[in-house]
Amino acid sequence: MTQRMVETLNPASEAEAAQLVLEARAKGRKLDIVGGGTRAGLGRPSHADTAISTAKMAGIAFYEPAEMVICAEAGTPVREIEALIAQRGQMLPFEPMDHRGLYGTPGEPTIGGLVAGNISGPRRISAGAARDALIGLRLVNGRGEIIKNGGRVMKNVTGLDLVKLNCGAQGTLGLVTQATFKLLPKPECAASIVIRRLDDKRAIEALSIALGSPFSVSGAAHISAGMGREFPRTFLRIEGFRASVDYRIASLLALLEPFGAKHALEDEYSERIWRAIGDATFLTTPEELAIWRVSLAPSKAADFVARVGAHAQAHFYDWGGGLVWLSSEATPDAAATIRAALAPLGGHATLVRAPQELRETIDVFEPLSAPLMQITKGVKTSFDPDGVFNAGRMYAGV
Amino acid sequence: MSQIAFPTPEPGIIERRDSILAGLAALLPMGSLITQEDERRAFETDALTAYRRLPLAVALPTSTEEVSRVLKYCRDAGIYVVPRGAGTSLSGGAIPQEDAIVVGLSKMSRIIEINLTDRYARVQAGVTNLAISEAVVADGFFYAPDPSSQLACTIGGNIGMNSGGAHCLRYGVTTNNILGVTLVTLDGEIIELGGAHLDSGGLDLLGLMVGSEGQLGIVTEATVRLLRAAEGARPVLFGFDSAEDAGQCVAAIIGAGLIPVAMEYMDRLAIEICEGFAHAGYPLDVEAMLIIEVEGSEAEMEAQLAKINAIATAHGVKVIRESMSAMESALIWKGRKSAFGATGRIADYICMDGTVPTSRLPEALRRTGEIVASYGLRVANVFHAGDGNMHPLVLYNVNDEAEQAKAEAAGNELLKLCVDLGGCLTGEHGVGIEKRDLMPHQFNPQDLAQQMRVRAVFDPDWRLNPAKVFPLAGRVLA
Repeated sequence: MTQRMVETLNPASEAEAAQLVLEARAKGRKLDIVGGGTRAGLGRPSHADTAISTAKMAGIAFYEPAEMVICAEAGTPVREIEALIAQRGQMLPFEPMDHRGLYGTPGEPTIGGLVAGNISGPRRISAGAARDALIGLRLVNGRGEIIKNGGRVMKNVTGLDLVKLNCGAQGTLGLVTQATFKLLPKPECAASIVIRRLDDKRAIEALSIALGSPFSVSGAAHISAGMGREFPRTFLRIEGFRASVDYRIASLLALLEPFGAKHALEDEYSERIWRAIGDATFLTTPEELAIWRVSLAPSKAADFVARVGAHAQAHFYDWGGGLVWLSSEATPDAAATIRAALAPLGGHATLVRAPQELRETIDVFEPLSAPLMQITKGVKTSFDPDGVFNAGRMYAGV
Repeated sequence: MSQIAFPTPEPGIIERRDSILAGLAALLPMGSLITQEDERRAFETDALTAYRRLPLAVALPTSTEEVSRVLKYCRDAGIYVVPRGAGTSLSGGAIPQEDAIVVGLSKMSRIIEINLTDRYARVQAGVTNLAISEAVVADGFFYAPDPSSQLACTIGGNIGMNSGGAHCLRYGVTTNNILGVTLVTLDGEIIELGGAHLDSGGLDLLGLMVGSEGQLGIVTEATVRLLRAAEGARPVLFGFDSAEDAGQCVAAIIGAGLIPVAMEYMDRLAIEICEGFAHAGYPLDVEAMLIIEVEGSEAEMEAQLAKINAIATAHGVKVIRESMSAMESALIWKGRKSAFGATGRIADYICMDGTVPTSRLPEALRRTGEIVASYGLRVANVFHAGDGNMHPLVLYNVNDEAEQAKAEAAGNELLKLCVDLGGCLTGEHGVGIEKRDLMPHQFNPQDLAQQMRVRAVFDPDWRLNPAKVFPLAGRVLA
């Protein structure tokens, strides 16, 4: 990896950030947006010589437990927010992934980074993604203007939804300075069913039956042999009030009896396994392998993995099969195989981890059709006409 | 009523009407182009009936390809286009203008695919909201957003307005339940956004599309999430002596970590009106009523209700009435969902749709009463209490021009009140023409310009639903 000399701007306020962006634009400089730096390895490599950090723009703007709403400055550590709302028995609904394990990065994930990446976890299937809980934001666009969109109320259709547009935009449209999320009550307890020794197809069948049941499953994953045990395991999570969890676990065990469902895991172990699934811990090593995250229709997931064939080193499924995590050799050849395997099935694949050289040469995010690329470039220009922010991080020229 | 302005029709377009109609006729099958004045009348307004404009013609394409051809033609010919679903918009989102072609999706009303394994349905945009749930109810599934107009409104319109409903407290609004759309741009380009999978591979253009009020393109097909229904559901009526008590009860329920699937509020006048129509057994001797719905197994519902009842009791509830049968439940919801229709039987009304933070609800209700009273008018309040989405119905007489003007002025004040309390102009009905001129109250010029620049990416010449959402003055092109 080539080491660049990077100057870091550290605005202490949104107004100062806007001023710095104005100056950068005037001088034709490019800025990389930096939060906690824990996901710096995600996206196409940067060639900017200046970074703009949200570190000094941190803190809770307001927290209204009775409204289940929190608003924080972009640089606020996710951990700080989670700790604060946990005191009032609340949580971020979407169970954000922590990428530090995969990337081996130090630092603290920030709420701004979470917004930029639309970072969700296992509960995404029942509670929605980060983009669904994000109800308002403020940002500095590439013209150095401060823009607000959305608000602090859960129902809001006033004007175009630039909140969702920016969630997952990897900072290519603007520097998010503040984000407002709706929250959920933290469940009183959680328990998980584990089924052993199912093959991929049969496991996803079981997950689909469970997700199509009336028992409100909030986690549905299948991990391969060698991931903690020498045999594959299928997990289903139920959360809520004690009596209700007991009832639904019993109902699910009965429903999945034909699949050999017999065991339920209690709180502590359940929490650990879902943390590992959400953070894709099983794929951390070997470090030289590339890691892919693929979203597709659950019933096509096993077929997809089969089509990738020998290029798949290890893999597991979350979201009832609708999310495939897969490791492969970090080669263009493996990447081409993975994209070709997905193409006829529909969905999108992101190269989450790979050496810089590979991320320079192939698409990291799902390649876009010509008309979609034209719209994407147009949207980029509408926010950031001179390409000040995170140039090329998602796509060349965006 | 003439408070809300429309753009002056372009004579250059009106003069070319004959050639435009001929051009469109060549692109559409027989019976898909409406040109006669009496037939066009059916499309001159939507549910904001105080405003109407006769469109140049109405195209009712039967396929995505036909929509593509029509849009491309309209772009090349420099004509305006107003997309339309069922025409149930309360904000005037589907009201045409004299120099515009209405593109109605009513002939595209097919359910293309139902996939219960992957829990989605692929439908054409003209399918009604309720038809989706009806197609899967026998298998125990449903499509979650349930606007009151769900019998008539289309999924295309729901996407345009990001519609909500009574049950979005638990299940979210349209944008949380759409997996993909087929979008036709003004250039005639047919684009797939999303699909049967979750989240987006690039920018979240699907999220941008939902709630864009037909200004970025026309959605012809959608992939919607299907959810498995709970084992059972039961609405319960809670009557209170004061709005304050009811409001605090709502806050306390949420504060206790309970998320009922629905929490609906009605004030005395709304209760009277709806009970008179639906005979649902609403208590008539209370100032405020909550309809709270819980779901789950019998035991789960019992347990949740025990907790909710205790909270309600602590907040001075006067009457608690549980539904004892599916028929009673249906009646309770019929009463609530017919609130607008039932009100329309006793008076003309305008329905507001602002949202306030739930902690400000008691204040919002009090000031709503004061504002409307100051105009010498009456108001019925019925709304989604769990998420602060208010629907004050300001009653007036449509034949009394002065009273109409007062009702509109009161409505505008109510919406500004919502913004000033930390909320927004519209929770689920959309901006349309109705709230267009209030947008600068919620957004500053930079906020609006950024939205308009994004809009211009799709429609640089403002041909698509041009009189909506953004104030007519100060528009930003490309």
